[in-house]
Amino acid sequence: MSSIGTGYDLSASQFSPDGRVFQVEYAQKAVENSGTVIGLRGKDGVVFAVEKLVTSKLYEPGANRRIFNIDKNTGMAVAGLISDARQIVETARTEAMNYRAQYGSNIPLQFLNERVSMYMHAYTLYSAVRPFGCSIILGAYEADGPVMYMIDPSGVSYGYFGCAVGKAKQAAKTEIEKLKLADMSCKELVKEAARIIYLVHDELKDKQFELELSWVGADTKGVFQRVPPEVFQEAEKSAKAAMEDESDSDTEDM
Amino acid sequence: MQGSAKCIVSLDNFNYFRAPITTGTSVLGITFDGGVAIAADILGSYGSLARFRDCPRVMKVNDNIILGAGGDYADFQYLKDVIEQKILEEECLDDGFSLKPRALHCWLTRVMYNRRSKLDPFWNNFIVGGMQDDEPFLGTVDKLGTAYLDRHIATGYGAYIALPLMREEAEKKPNMTEKDAHKLLVKCLQVLYYRDARSFPKFQLATLTRDGVRVEGPLNVEQNWEVAHLVRGYL
Amino acid sequence: MALDVASDYYNFSGPKTARFNPYSENGGSVVAIAGDDFALLASDTRLSADFSIYTREQSKLFRLSDTTVLGCTGCWCDTLTLTRILEARMQMYLHEHNKPMSTPAVAQMLATMLYYKRFFPYYVSNVLAGLDEEGKGCVYSYDPIGHCELSTYKARGSAGALLQPLLDNQIGFQNMENVTPEPIKMDRAMAILKDVFISAAERDIHTGDSILINIITKDGIKVEKFNLRRD
Repeated sequence: MSSIGTGYDLSASQFSPDGRVFQVEYAQKAVENSGTVIGLRGKDGVVFAVEKLVTSKLYEPGANRRIFNIDKNTGMAVAGLISDARQIVETARTEAMNYRAQYGSNIPLQFLNERVSMYMHAYTLYSAVRPFGCSIILGAYEADGPVMYMIDPSGVSYGYFGCAVGKAKQAAKTEIEKLKLADMSCKELVKEAARIIYLVHDELKDKQFELELSWVGADTKGVFQRVPPEVFQEAEKSAKAAMEDESDSDTEDM
Repeated sequence: MQGSAKCIVSLDNFNYFRAPITTGTSVLGITFDGGVAIAADILGSYGSLARFRDCPRVMKVNDNIILGAGGDYADFQYLKDVIEQKILEEECLDDGFSLKPRALHCWLTRVMYNRRSKLDPFWNNFIVGGMQDDEPFLGTVDKLGTAYLDRHIATGYGAYIALPLMREEAEKKPNMTEKDAHKLLVKCLQVLYYRDARSFPKFQLATLTRDGVRVEGPLNVEQNWEVAHLVRGYL
Repeated sequence: MALDVASDYYNFSGPKTARFNPYSENGGSVVAIAGDDFALLASDTRLSADFSIYTREQSKLFRLSDTTVLGCTGCWCDTLTLTRILEARMQMYLHEHNKPMSTPAVAQMLATMLYYKRFFPYYVSNVLAGLDEEGKGCVYSYDPIGHCELSTYKARGSAGALLQPLLDNQIGFQNMENVTPEPIKMDRAMAILKDVFISAAERDIHTGDSILINIITKDGIKVEKFNLRRD
């Protein structure tokens, strides 16, 4: 680690000789240490699931949530430094508010993504600031269907059918790729999302975690909200059951 | 000399005065056993011209607040947007708390007072209704920031024509039911329609109880002009 | 000379428009009477403007501490604003000093707050009543821009001019012969208080409905209600 920076990693405003901006890469490392966050876009909505790592038993349940409402129909799930992420949430809400004040409607996610991306990118350009240590996933349900974007600390963003960030993003992506996302409803996706989070959670390294599930889609009448308790419990139950099956089959194989 | 003359001119031209343009007339508010109701017609007057015939000015703010507005319609629409944004931001916080009527009433008082202090008032009368601590709440704010609570409130011409009717009825029947309240409001709107030249027979009625908010309308005022031909002296 | 013609020409500002008036007169009367170990402060509960009664149950008394009450009438929106700031200042004092503000301290602060808006005044008349640091009753009264006077009785508000002369005579013993002025007793103060408000309600359309009386003693503040005519 100590040799790679070699003096070019102290500022976001300077390239290294081989064309990299180390500060941005370090920020991405900060995201990779975070609990896994996934977003799934189905035929009638978007589902977010977060593996929120609980580092102390002394915390209140439900503290430091990682899924936020940005507008009535728009949500944001975040991975990385929570305090950095909250600033992004604040910015996104302000952008949504300004758009509404100007044009009288919800901001289309495409433009919200553009504005938030530009904001995050701006923090990779100057020596006086450091990039945001977080990646965010934006999701909404609009007139022509569900939309989802992910932005990383560099300010780069893409639209996705399914995406994952955090510790176990590789494992999660492998699982997501097995799904036929475009044919799936929110109800099915919630179960899958919960299952994936339980599956990729590493019990040895991180003992405790809280599952967070939110969605927006036709079923919620286009309102981004936390998954209702009944659905949540069912999804969690079937996720745990799936884990049991898995470990059973593991032992059989042995 | 020239300087002072110019000064007068510029001072004189700075005759800064904003008048209401498109306006709504009276708003009526009433509390009853377990809730509140607010009613107003849907006419947007342009001076004495009955110009816009679909200007709803009774709104649901959230599950425990309703709001009615009279006076300048543009000012109302602006504040409506601001209030809706407030509610949206609050829902975003998702902390289980929601704005209560006394808070909105107090906030409106400050907003109105601040603008009157800039001598650039929002030209409105507001009536805020809701449930606060399981009790009906009814309050009003005018363009100066004058604010008070009461069991019956009427603004504009309603203060002269409807309020006495409402107070009389309340004296007879202290514990009104929702039905009584509706009947009384409709009666008041009818009398107002007969007597207030800036009124309109189509109106909206918002009701708030423990079960939630209902905004009904446009409803119609029942009219009877049979006695009209007996009126003499205007020909 | 030519200039004068020109200035007359430019002075013409088109059709006359009524300028926005940021003030309103919302009526109401306040009377305060202080004795050796008590202070009474009463206001009517009618809030009105011109010939309309806004509400019949609006108290114009504001309890600032266990020993101090303010009566505030005039432009109601200014009353609301002034008292809200005053209540905040009371809190700030309490948190800073760990004790409530004394009545003379409130009196001084109120004068400063009113004068702060000397050139866009709060259009209100204030009467501050309470017990001073020795536990003696005191009454402070103000004009809208912060002039402050200490006395033992005062009437203010829409019927203030009607009531003050009566108080001068009955409590201040003015123009009375062969009497020795003495501090007023609670019973008599209450009786006079009610009587003067009954009189005010007869003649002043902006005073009526009922009065709320705050009785301030070392044991705390008691509130009493008394009905007036409602027409």
